[in-house]
Amino acid sequence: MGKNLNFLVVDDFATMRKVLRNLLKQSGHENVVEAEDGVSALQIIKTQKIDFIISDWHMPNMTGLELLKSIRADKEVSDTPFLMITAETVPDSIISALKAGVSSYIVKPFTAEVLSEKIAKIMEKMG
Amino acid sequence: MDQKFIDAFLEGTIDVIKTMAFIETKPGKPYMKNDNAAVGDVSGIIGLTGAVIGSLALSFSEACILRIVSNMLGEEMTTLNHDIEDAVGEITNMASGGGRKILANGGLNIAAAIPTVVLGRNHSIQHVLGGPSIIIPCSTEDGPFVVDICLVERSK
Repeated sequence: MGKNLNFLVVDDFATMRKVLRNLLKQSGHENVVEAEDGVSALQIIKTQKIDFIISDWHMPNMTGLELLKSIRADKEVSDTPFLMITAETVPDSIISALKAGVSSYIVKPFTAEVLSEKIAKIMEKMG
Repeated sequence: MDQKFIDAFLEGTIDVIKTMAFIETKPGKPYMKNDNAAVGDVSGIIGLTGAVIGSLALSFSEACILRIVSNMLGEEMTTLNHDIEDAVGEITNMASGGGRKILANGGLNIAAAIPTVVLGRNHSIQHVLGGPSIIIPCSTEDGPFVVDICLVERSK
């Protein structure tokens, strides 16, 4: 389902972007663009067709939460599915992300199967 | 050091390596380390605060971390390079997160700093408290690594 989705992966660690690309590939998703921070991600979103965003939470310059808020505030891309990656489950942080309109979150570490399920559930909700 | 800290961070580490790299870990008998010499060839260290003060370090043999990162990336890694450094930092971060989540379920809220990675044989690990630390030696099919913990619980 949705194997032609164009993914944008945002993480300040190049290796984690590679790991995510590998996990997406295992799930059959080959179209992946990378951004090293939220600022780069916003530039990519304005110029390329992005169907799904996966972003780390803690990043310099612009956090994943700030990126999410920027996207939700831009009418042209505000409906883009957004999956937040986090290493911890601090309730206040999760609530902030949900209030800001995150589609879902996923806690590291996770398998390709878990990632695939999250993506599928989000896309199913969108209809 | 209370056993619960050893159990939590060991479980967090084993879970990360199994989930992200599909590698089984066999923990051995813990022992005390009284110096700063790292056991492995590349180490990640992360400071901990909140209900405890101290640090967690993971120290990997070259063969072990090359296999772990190769499995994580889906490509064969043959040298200790920047990708390996990045990965060790991320593994340490995730292991810390996993351990802290277990401890949080028991009412202990612990925050972590950004991990530091040191690469190269004969490097040293400087724990926040200086030492000594508890080492849990771990074996995998491709080589050993250790979980190295040095922390104290803050008085309530």
